[in-house]
Amino acid sequence: MPDATGLELLARELGDTVRETVYFRERATLVIDPPAIRATLAQLRARGYTFLASVHGVDHYPEEPRLGVVYELLDMSRVDRVAVKLRVPLDAPSVPSVTADTAEGAGWPTANHQEREIYDMFGVVFEGHPDLRRILMPEDYEGHPQRRDFPIGGEPVIFTLDEAEWLESRA
Amino acid sequence: MSTTPTESPGLSAYRRREQSITLSPLDEPRGGGETSEELLTLNFGPHHPATHGVLRLLVTLQGEIVRDVKPIIGYVHTGIEKTAEDKAYWKVIPIVERMDYLAYYFNAMAYVGAVEKLVEVEVPKRAQYLRVIHLELNRIASHLIWLGTSALDLGASSIFLYCLRERELILDLFEMSSGARMHTRYFQVGGVIEDIPAGFAPKLREFLKIMPARADEYGAILNSNEILLQRLRGTCPLDADTLLSLGVSGPLLRAAGNPWDLRKADPYSSYDDFQFKIPVGTVGDNYDRFAVRLAEIYESVKIVEQALDGLPEGPHITPDRKIALPPRHELATSMEALIHHFKLVTEGFRVPPGEAYNPIESPRGELACYVRSDGSSKPARVHMRDPSFVNLQALSHMVQGSYIADMIATIAMLDPILGGIDR
Repeated sequence: MPDATGLELLARELGDTVRETVYFRERATLVIDPPAIRATLAQLRARGYTFLASVHGVDHYPEEPRLGVVYELLDMSRVDRVAVKLRVPLDAPSVPSVTADTAEGAGWPTANHQEREIYDMFGVVFEGHPDLRRILMPEDYEGHPQRRDFPIGGEPVIFTLDEAEWLESRA
Repeated sequence: MSTTPTESPGLSAYRRREQSITLSPLDEPRGGGETSEELLTLNFGPHHPATHGVLRLLVTLQGEIVRDVKPIIGYVHTGIEKTAEDKAYWKVIPIVERMDYLAYYFNAMAYVGAVEKLVEVEVPKRAQYLRVIHLELNRIASHLIWLGTSALDLGASSIFLYCLRERELILDLFEMSSGARMHTRYFQVGGVIEDIPAGFAPKLREFLKIMPARADEYGAILNSNEILLQRLRGTCPLDADTLLSLGVSGPLLRAAGNPWDLRKADPYSSYDDFQFKIPVGTVGDNYDRFAVRLAEIYESVKIVEQALDGLPEGPHITPDRKIALPPRHELATSMEALIHHFKLVTEGFRVPPGEAYNPIESPRGELACYVRSDGSSKPARVHMRDPSFVNLQALSHMVQGSYIADMIATIAMLDPILGGIDR
């Protein structure tokens, strides 16, 4: 992790797209505008952060903008990590995808499955993703189960089609 | 072993006929036409013994050549991350342990490490060493299951029984220290739940004496198995740069020659106290993946030996009663202990709001836990960066253009754990 001063310097170098820097428990986070994500990751890649370790989805319920996406970058030569975070509102949950190569620079193929997972679990739409489908939940599933206002439990567990028919016949 | 039977007068008619069969492709497609150009889409799994779990693959084949593979996952998705949001911090541990079911100590370690970062609790040195002992034993157990099932996929069935025999010794040790053989809930926030019992150390030393000799045997058996070698050597290589762009870490990356290992690069839990080597491969083919994991078993044995020799005295869990349960005997005599116990069991401890990301080196690569706290006693978000989930993306890059039989070997060498992929 860069230290608090290093994080401020990094934020200044990246320019206006950085809204905020968070330094908490030796973890450096840059909060940026969602449209700037591709350019920011490309700039950080040029500074040595070449490995995209992970992409997380977060729901900040009940705060708005609710949905967040966190990108964990790693510089393997300096063993240095930095997180990039963005927030999007629930009614327009659209973030540019970083998976494929674009004019703004090379893509991060590792984000493919992870962006699909966040789309599946939180409903964040990644614009320009090559294959944005549900990945863990069934394709005909309704709702995004990791959202904080999605109820836990209370759902009948249907194992087979026969069981579904059996339940219907009892009703 | 690899001597091809030569024409000799002693060969029987059957052997001669066997030799006359050639497996090279036919010059002319049968029945004329463009049959060899035809693509076949084959559904492979989810219930197939060679997929190491409920993994479904849509394979596009041209003859026997794999042109494309699309993994379809989610069959054992159990919503563990969702369930974790409904539990107090310390009650999440047994749930996250059930993700990657062969590396349960690692799941717990990634999670408790993230929570420890948030609450800023110091883990006693003895607890760190005890964690290292259990993590490395778990790494050996996980590699043993990988080795046994992989060899089974490649037709060497006796190795599976040998590997499970040694794994049993490790599970006995886990049972001694925690009472459970799997999903032990041994790691707690701030340390480990109990100190190792009397008799654990001698039994562990006995195991450490046996294990390298047994690993030698596995190596001797498999490295002289011509069928296995032919299916591993030179099949489905992938270079380190492609692997890095796909986010692949762990033994798969090290097999391609990149010595990235978080235990060395970014030591946690006192790993910098121990002397060990990072096995690396050269070309990154299936044989390198096999050899790197086999060599890691020896290194893990070395680490456990050093941790046991240098095991410091002291408490096994943090003395901070706001985070760790008080010892059982105090409950009968101390009112304060009883209050702390009651608060912890009913509500749990509160964690300052913030985010933490704790990466560790699991048997399959970088396993990391992202925890977001909103200040309450339940996590607002627990996300596991599971190496199996990320590494699975490399499968289609590895197998494109190779034979379908090599794909089986590659899945085995990829070592995917579907419990971790689907969570």
